Amino acid sequence: MTTETAHEVGRARRRKEDARLITGQTNWTDNITLPGLVYIAFARSPHAHARITSVDLSEAKAAPGVLAAFSGADLAAEQGGLPCAWPVTPDIVMPNHPPMAVDTVRYAGEIVAAVVARDRYAAADAISLIDASYEPLEPVLDMEAALAEGSVKVHEAGNKSFTWPFGNGDIEAAFRDAPVVLERTYRQQRLIPCAMEPRAVVCAPVGDEYTMWSATQIPHVLRVMLALVTGIPEHNLRVIAPDVGGGFGSKLQVTAEEVLALLLARRLGRPVKWTESRSEGNMAVHHGRDQIQRIRIAAEADGRLRGLDVDLLADMGAYLMLVTPGVPLLGAFMYNAIYKMDAYRFSCTGVFTTKTPTDAYRGAGRPEATYAIEHIMDDLAAHLGMDPLELREKNWIRHEEFPFTTISGLTYDSGNYEAATAAARSLFHYDDLRTEQAERNAAGATVRLGIGVSTFTEMCGLAPSRILGSLAYAAGGWEHASIRMLPTGKVEVVTGSSAHGQGHETAWSQIVADELGVPFEDIRVLHGDTQVSPKGMDTYGSRSLVVGGTALVVACGKVREKARIIAAGMLEVAPEDLEWDAGRWAVRGDPDQGKTIGEIAFAAFAAHALPEGVEPSLDSDATYDPDNFSFPHGTHLCAVEVDTETGKVKIRSYVAVDDVGVVVNPLIVEGQVHGGIAQGIAQALYEEAAYDSSGNLETATLADYLLPSAADLPSFTTARTTTPSTGNPLGVKGVGEAGTIASTPAVVNAIIDALRPFGVADVPMPCTPERVWRAIAEASAEGVAR
Amino acid sequence: MKISVNVDGVRYDDDVEPRLLLVHYLRDQAGRVGTPIGCDTTNCGACTVLMNGVSVKSCAVLAVQADGAEITTIQGLANGELHPLQRAFHEEHALQCGYCTPGMIIAAADLLRDNPHPTEEEVRDGLEGNLCRCTGYQNIVRAVLKAAGSAGVTA
Amino acid sequence: MIPAKFDYVRPDSLDEAVRALASGGDDTKVIAGGQSLMPLLRMRLAYPEKLVDIGGLGELRGVRDLGSALEIGALTTHYEVTRDWLIREHCGLLAQAAATIADPAVRHRGTIGGGLAHADPAGDLPAVITALDATLVVAGPSGTREIKPADFFSDYLTTSLEPGEIVTAVRVPKHDGWGYRYEKFNVTAQAWALVGVAAVARRSDGHVAEARVALTNMGSVPIRALAVEAAAAGAEASAAGLAAAAAHADDGTSPPSDLRAAADYRRHLARVLTGRALATAAGVP
Repeated sequence: MTTETAHEVGRARRRKEDARLITGQTNWTDNITLPGLVYIAFARSPHAHARITSVDLSEAKAAPGVLAAFSGADLAAEQGGLPCAWPVTPDIVMPNHPPMAVDTVRYAGEIVAAVVARDRYAAADAISLIDASYEPLEPVLDMEAALAEGSVKVHEAGNKSFTWPFGNGDIEAAFRDAPVVLERTYRQQRLIPCAMEPRAVVCAPVGDEYTMWSATQIPHVLRVMLALVTGIPEHNLRVIAPDVGGGFGSKLQVTAEEVLALLLARRLGRPVKWTESRSEGNMAVHHGRDQIQRIRIAAEADGRLRGLDVDLLADMGAYLMLVTPGVPLLGAFMYNAIYKMDAYRFSCTGVFTTKTPTDAYRGAGRPEATYAIEHIMDDLAAHLGMDPLELREKNWIRHEEFPFTTISGLTYDSGNYEAATAAARSLFHYDDLRTEQAERNAAGATVRLGIGVSTFTEMCGLAPSRILGSLAYAAGGWEHASIRMLPTGKVEVVTGSSAHGQGHETAWSQIVADELGVPFEDIRVLHGDTQVSPKGMDTYGSRSLVVGGTALVVACGKVREKARIIAAGMLEVAPEDLEWDAGRWAVRGDPDQGKTIGEIAFAAFAAHALPEGVEPSLDSDATYDPDNFSFPHGTHLCAVEVDTETGKVKIRSYVAVDDVGVVVNPLIVEGQVHGGIAQGIAQALYEEAAYDSSGNLETATLADYLLPSAADLPSFTTARTTTPSTGNPLGVKGVGEAGTIASTPAVVNAIIDALRPFGVADVPMPCTPERVWRAIAEASAEGVAR
Repeated sequence: MKISVNVDGVRYDDDVEPRLLLVHYLRDQAGRVGTPIGCDTTNCGACTVLMNGVSVKSCAVLAVQADGAEITTIQGLANGELHPLQRAFHEEHALQCGYCTPGMIIAAADLLRDNPHPTEEEVRDGLEGNLCRCTGYQNIVRAVLKAAGSAGVTA
Repeated sequence: MIPAKFDYVRPDSLDEAVRALASGGDDTKVIAGGQSLMPLLRMRLAYPEKLVDIGGLGELRGVRDLGSALEIGALTTHYEVTRDWLIREHCGLLAQAAATIADPAVRHRGTIGGGLAHADPAGDLPAVITALDATLVVAGPSGTREIKPADFFSDYLTTSLEPGEIVTAVRVPKHDGWGYRYEKFNVTAQAWALVGVAAVARRSDGHVAEARVALTNMGSVPIRALAVEAAAAGAEASAAGLAAAAAHADDGTSPPSDLRAAADYRRHLARVLTGRALATAAGVP
């Protein structure tokens, strides 16, 4: 017997997933090999916008090892269109999106042909033998130009996809006669998600049934969508997400490559595989962010907020993909953030350009919102000569005011911004750093210190199905779990969640261990295969613990209750006479009289003497639909040193105090925060998907699209406050995206704070050394350094 | 071209195309699928293996250049029991999705061969050739320092 | 991605290598460590018909002490250069600069000969050997010859090597008593230098007696900052004195404006980094 704590929830359990990951026994999609497997390669458009005049496959087809080659014309009749599941307005322009372009290409990288060959080398050679001719058209690369009269059209129906308005309160009154009004335009640059595993698909036909393995975050959604797009009956499709190497939203997609792999497997009657190269993926995986944000904020002279007016242009790219138009809307309810105000107005216009389509990327709409509000709050503080933390405290929802319905109509269940901020401030040595900053400024130091504040909340735990429906999202937001107790007392947990690094196998085991009183090691979590996990809404939007974890708890509760009834029968007492204690139903007042859940499981399996109406086997399931979003929050403080001679920014210290409600596994939570912060810092300092004037992606490789390594990032100081969610039995709030949402504005605010003495008001992201240097040079040219 | 390569203690004799990448040879012919591919330009480091005792990026080596060489992949690192780095990565939660992990562990093993008692900064610099998108590196650094038996991890 | 097909030979001797190269024509390329060539092959930016792998030529590895100079074999890896005692002792600039190239795994394979013959102006070694006034030793069908850096680097990714010629060694004069610094500026640790400055300086009596400065990525070839050298000679070994010399860093340069940086920023960086490199080389605290 060990002296370990009985409670698994809250323990820093090391992960079950690791055993295969640290030894190279991982099952990535590209590892999969099948008898007779053949390889697909895709030819992609070198033009951002062009008519396809011809595609000559004759040389490719004749090449050694090539089984077949296809152009868009060959597949036009059967390929359908890739789905968009979120038509945000009734009059949305949602053009058909063929998996393989037929007559027009609209972004560099769009698929124009496919070859199938005996191995990947033969396939690569065959691609270079394809002769595709194009009539180039003018690219459309600038959103504002795209909306202007006379712009070249990306689609027949025009370059505007939708305008989605929203508001609450009297915005005119809020701004009329407001003592302080600030107006800003910020740019959310386009990002490439760059999960470390490039995408891959394997598809095997057996008769008229198909099994697809894909590096996807969404096996369940993908299955439904493949059926709808291709007409292949849903029950004949099995989709498996094997081990998946990161997603961050980039694998939350129904892709051309998946659809085409399915169609080619059907055509050829052979199992097929496609594996992406990184440079292919940089062009072909959907991109993130890309907004022009126009913000106006109205305040009293003392800093109290009156109103916020937000107008976005969101770059859809060339087509609307799975949730493309909805991404900015996920931010629509978050610009008001943690603050109270009298009025809020939001409008977003989705614009087509001849670039890779955009879609969800870690945070999906909320980082954009948090960046805008936290940036303008710092601007406002500077304008008023107020400390940025003081300005925020003046306006945020106070701890005792929860639950609080915000101006955008969301009801935040719980939170404690005071506690998180106080903790952050202390860990950060805020006052000492301000003193040092002042000293450096007074001395005119070459290296200046800047402090950036980011107090954030976000809406996650996606999502109440009825709210999704009201927003015109085509699917629901529930999650499913089933619990099976095996005859020997072990437990199989089947979850509809689809982890790709988040450690669900471990965290779900912890939850079930506590709920059923079984050892952590005796639990196995199954996921990712639609034949094994028949129901689910998959993993994104920081939803799995909140929604999937709750489904788990509800299912466990049903198992316990069924066990109670069976135990009552075994012990010949009434069910009400039994008490649950850590895995055992025992007679109240006579605890020696009891049955462990393992014993009950065996009895349920043998079924020799089950009470009336009780079915054999100790198992149950639950499908949970949340009532509300969940609202983790936090305060992040960042100190940067800016070398004003070179513009180089170094993060001196970074403190994150996050409140994710109850914590199931602190290691996993901390890891998610670290990774999220790193991605947010990378947006602030390094990353941008850059296009040249012809519409070619200039950052197609990792040599040009700069991701930080360990040498480029500091260690972070992380801590937590705990304000349990009141919306679910676990009290959890979700953490997957929080770090990314908070960190970008913390870093950018810090840089601007360092440079305000030079008259710098903003530095556009990414804040490369050149941009920082240029901001200083331009501001200095306009004024005198103070 | 005929080559003879020792991979994780096993000798493989094969006839390969000159252009065959070592990483493809390892994955597709020597059955070492534990070593993944993450990029085209030697930036990501996921494919890192040991070649004649030092780290190399196997996507930037031709299989024919490995003729006569001894290769150790992540699958050959443990010797009956887990290598200290594998244990440390597990203990310190230094992996999430695990895709960068084989290359990261091999790179760390090489780092410690070269510098058995690195500082945090030396660990960070030594791993600059290996990209991770999940962990933010902090726990990876902790794990490497732990495996080295060093003290004094900040934060 | 996957390279196009090519033929491949691995000669056992330098003579055999030279013959294989010379007979192959324009579409035959040398491969040594492959760290510059492999990404180009994989992206199909280069598609030679034949590769001549000189990796087996053991006589081209290693460092020899010639008395007043070191002769560094072309196949000496960057890693070996950073560790070599003779190099660290007598031309430390090279060891320090080699340690900034790419990352450890790349440095285990990449060679000094390869890095120079690739002639990427964003690469670190061309400016470094220019500042060291080194000599490239080259073997070819007509025999051996020696080429100075200014004559070797002719354009972007282009050298004055004749068909069939291979760099066999780099001869570097010893710089005992000289200070040095390679100041490399990049956005992330993995990224290529936006600008790099290689500086060596000899001090005498609180002044700089002589300095040599060469620039990475300020043009299509490495650039000797002759105006800086002239201004630095005799200058006070102080930050201010050397900043004045460094102000000439971009004289006569034509830095590119590209995805990585605009020309005016590169010029500014060159001046700032030259000041810093010179200060370090001149022993200014």
